[in-house]
Amino acid sequence: MRAAGGPPARADEPLPDRQIALIDLLDRLLSGGVVLTGDLVLSIADIDLVRISLRALIVSISEQNPGPWPSVTAALRDDDDR
Amino acid sequence: MTGTVAYAYAVARDPDGSLEEALGGLPGVADAPVRLVRTGGRGDVVVAVSQVPERDFEEGALRAHLEDLDWLEGVARAHHRVIEALAARTTVLPLRLATVYLDEERVRLMLEERLAAFADRLSALDAHVEWGVKLYVEAPAEAAPQAGAPEPDLSPGRAYLRRRGAQRHAREDAYRDAEEAARRIDAAVRPYAVDRVQHRPQQGELARGPGENVVNDAYLVSQEHAESFRADVLRAAEGLPGVRVEVTGPWAPYSFATPTEAEPLRRAAQ
Repeated sequence: MRAAGGPPARADEPLPDRQIALIDLLDRLLSGGVVLTGDLVLSIADIDLVRISLRALIVSISEQNPGPWPSVTAALRDDDDR
Repeated sequence: MTGTVAYAYAVARDPDGSLEEALGGLPGVADAPVRLVRTGGRGDVVVAVSQVPERDFEEGALRAHLEDLDWLEGVARAHHRVIEALAARTTVLPLRLATVYLDEERVRLMLEERLAAFADRLSALDAHVEWGVKLYVEAPAEAAPQAGAPEPDLSPGRAYLRRRGAQRHAREDAYRDAEEAARRIDAAVRPYAVDRVQHRPQQGELARGPGENVVNDAYLVSQEHAESFRADVLRAAEGLPGVRVEVTGPWAPYSFATPTEAEPLRRAAQ
C-alpha cells in the first residue's frame, strides 16, 4: 500500500525512499489545520505563517538574507538622490 | 518552571480508549512521546500532545526557528507523522503547526471549552480523505526547429522571429491545454468532491518541477470514492501535451479542519 500523502510513484524512485514533498506538507500545515490561540506570548495565530513559509520557500535563506521579516519582495531603493 | 510546554498536534476521536496505546512509542516533535489529553466524563474526543522544550517554542525562538527551513522541516515532518498515525486509526482534526500550550491542563481546558465544535467537525469529516490535485504547465523552453528543410532564403533576423513565434504559440497551446485539463478535472470531481480549497500555486525553490504549477487544490472526498476520484483526475490530462496532473494523498483532512463557509468554494489563506 502506498504511504498516505506520498507523491505519486515514479519509476525512478525506489518505493521505500519516497518522501512526501515538503512543499505539499507546508501547504497543509501552514495554511490548513485548526488555528487555536495557544498560550504563547505571541500566539501562532498572530504569526503570518504563510508569509514565513513564502520567505522560506522563495527567498533562499542565506548569509545574504539575514534580518527578521524583510518583505518578500523588497523594493529596490534608489538612494542616489542628488 | 518545568522547561517544557505542551505541543498540540490534533484533535481526534478515541471511541474505545485504545488510541494512546496504539500510538505507543511513536516519536513526535523533539522525539517526545505522544500522549492524549481527555476531558473528564466519558468524552471520546481527545487532543494529542507532546512535551517539547520551552526554549524552542517561546516567542523569539519560534520566530527565528520558523525561518530556518531545516528546523521547520523537522517539526513539520514530526507533526505529520503523528497526524498520519492517528488518521490510520480514527478521524482527525489536524491543528496548525506549532500550536503550543503551557501544560496539559491548559490543553484540557481548551478541549472542554470547544468540545461541541470539535465533535461536530469530527463527525462531518468521518470517513473522508483529502486529495491534493496539482496541474503543471510544461511549456517548451526551446521550440523544436521546424521539421522539414531549413529555409535558406530567410534572413537570420526573420529566422529568429519565426522561432520566437513558434515558441510563443507552443506556450499558448500549453496554457490552453492546461485550461482544458482544469475543465476536465472539474467535471471529473463533480460526482465525488464534498468540498474544495484552493491553495496558492507552488513556486520557489521547494516547488518541484518540471513545469509551472498553475493549480494547487485540495478536495475532500468520502473514503468510498477515494480511489475512483484519484483515477478519474489522473485521466484528465490524457492527450494534452505540455500539461501534467499530479495527485497527492490521501491526506488527513488538513485543508478542511475548519468548517467551510456556506459558499461551496473557499480560498486557502493568502
